Amino acid sequence: MVHSFVFRHKGEPLYFLWDIESGSLYNVDHVAFLCARSRYGTLTDDADKSAFAALGEREKSEAVAELESLEADGALNAKPVVDKFRKRVSRVKAMCLHICHDCNLRCGYCFASGGTYNTARDYMSAEVGEKAVDFLIKNSGEIKNLEVDYFGGEPLMNLDVVKRITEYAKDEAAKAGKRFSFTMTTNCLLLNEDTAEWLNCEMDNVVLSIDGRESVHNAVRHTVSGKNAYPVILKNALNFRRIRGAGKYYVRGTFTKNNLDFAEDVKALNDLGFDQISMEPVVLDETDPLAICANDVERIKAEYERLAEEYLERRSGGKWFNFFHYMIDLDHGPCIHKRLTGCGAGTEYLAVSPTGDIYPCHQFVGNGEYYIGNVYDGILRPDVRERFAGFTVLEKEHCADCPAKYYCGGGCAANALKFSGRPDGRYAVGCELQKKRLEMSLAVAYIERKAPV
Amino acid sequence: MKHIETVTKKTLVGCGECQAC
Repeated sequence: MVHSFVFRHKGEPLYFLWDIESGSLYNVDHVAFLCARSRYGTLTDDADKSAFAALGEREKSEAVAELESLEADGALNAKPVVDKFRKRVSRVKAMCLHICHDCNLRCGYCFASGGTYNTARDYMSAEVGEKAVDFLIKNSGEIKNLEVDYFGGEPLMNLDVVKRITEYAKDEAAKAGKRFSFTMTTNCLLLNEDTAEWLNCEMDNVVLSIDGRESVHNAVRHTVSGKNAYPVILKNALNFRRIRGAGKYYVRGTFTKNNLDFAEDVKALNDLGFDQISMEPVVLDETDPLAICANDVERIKAEYERLAEEYLERRSGGKWFNFFHYMIDLDHGPCIHKRLTGCGAGTEYLAVSPTGDIYPCHQFVGNGEYYIGNVYDGILRPDVRERFAGFTVLEKEHCADCPAKYYCGGGCAANALKFSGRPDGRYAVGCELQKKRLEMSLAVAYIERKAPV
Repeated sequence: MKHIETVTKKTLVGCGECQAC
């Protein structure tokens, strides 16, 4: 399959062909673009049809000869590299620890229902956390680099336990010849100077949750008593950014129906001094007033294009930043195994509730149908893990012709469950946005190769 | 006249150690 797309850069169209199965990218002229669309059955636009009909025979035959040469080389309209694959379920690589099911913010779009996951407010004990570490080491097989994500709720509400688990994990890893990477996601409200220093020393990555402009953030996020927390959050986040220096962190925002002009929020975060930024579309039932719906998709795609132009401008003009969804490594990307299996939920990645129950990932916590076991007794429902092992890109019919199939891992199982009733189903809005982000990533990569920043 | 410029070609030609959303 060959995917063709256009990106307008500084008012001029850039034409691209993306060979899905070989991972080859071509910048082409309008003649080759139209010939490719005709050749691969995607010449459906009336303007394209008229332009193709007006091409001279000589230029068409030249372009087609180049397309044929690339096909003969296996670099265009290529056949799949792998056509059958099943994930291993014997190894666990990472665990998301729900340090507490409680939160000091109330956010209108929170999938965790104010941090509780529709269960009682609860805090993980150090004992449960240490048992989770034992479980992970015991079930990691030959994998050396293990991960613990501290999550909530708001994990800083249970910081003493986080510190105890971290020390325990480091000690046990040393005995077992393993290495732990620690990550925390925080809303920054409790991120004082001492805590920032500790996180900087111990965390391999810290995710700071801020939605962008103050008005946007405050429209959906406030304290339990309904107060504006943005000034404190921003002060703490900027202080952590200063302490962090070149260490890994990123600011992660969520955009909703309220701010489909989310490029303004990315710019606002960059203007504040952050240079590692992610902005995620909210995933809510379409009846929710904050939800992103199918009829918002074209507007969001246009915003991704606007953001890409702004991104290129800033990166070359003194306001360099990294946008998570426009990162792409075209030459040394991940292996096929990773591309086919994505995040690893249910197999190498598991989540642990405050009481020690194990689920496929943080978004499944509390859903009894997907209960896998607990940190004391281990895996009690291997069938759930086996089921998730089958959720590869190759097993999903809706992924077969998708240009992003090797760049999204088949999508989020939790989102698929929410919108299709099946964890291996399809979340159509998410798929459309993923494809657009891939196109923007490819265009940005091409432009920056021409003029490195 | 050349109509096609190759940006990158055949990049899809693991150890389990890489990061696991």
